[in-house]
Amino acid sequence: MKIIAKIFSKIVLAVAAVSIVAMPALAQRDPAYEAARAAGQIGEQIDGYLGFVGTPSADLRKLVEDINIKRRAAYAEKAQAANATLKDYAFTSGCLLIARTKPGEMYQAPDGTSWLKRDSGAPQRHPSCP
Amino acid sequence: MARIRAGLAGGMLLLSGASVSGCISVNAPDEPIVIELNINISQEVVYRLAADAGNTIEDNPDIF
Repeated sequence: MKIIAKIFSKIVLAVAAVSIVAMPALAQRDPAYEAARAAGQIGEQIDGYLGFVGTPSADLRKLVEDINIKRRAAYAEKAQAANATLKDYAFTSGCLLIARTKPGEMYQAPDGTSWLKRDSGAPQRHPSCP
Repeated sequence: MARIRAGLAGGMLLLSGASVSGCISVNAPDEPIVIELNINISQEVVYRLAADAGNTIEDNPDIF
């Protein structure tokens, strides 16, 4: 009985150790990305990707395109797991991302062309959004 | 049998009469019809995916 308890405690310890190692470091936003959002240079589009409000610098373009590629990869993987299309999954994410914008940040209007600045009220969203 | 036939014929006459006299008028609305982008996603799909998409956003704070 004692041996079983010992083995069990070892297993618990091992699992705990593995989970600590396996837990991904929750990386935060790149400061340049955060700054561009706050400055309204970029905004959340209704399709789930980031867009440029004006003409971006080469560095900002690279940064945002890189993020959009990563977003697309995340959407594609999760969409497949959820048995949905990439477009549907990305659009749903866009709904949520627009809802999460902070006052002062830009987001795309439901018409899919113009940009709106988020104020303290609820953002204007596409009628299909949850 | 003859009676049923007669009944059917009567019914058909009534129906055809209705379709001739029934007139539907369609008026154009005063306000312009606005078509919002050609995103054609059913709300059902969006609602189904919302919780999953929310988790994806939470799990990847560097890209969202």
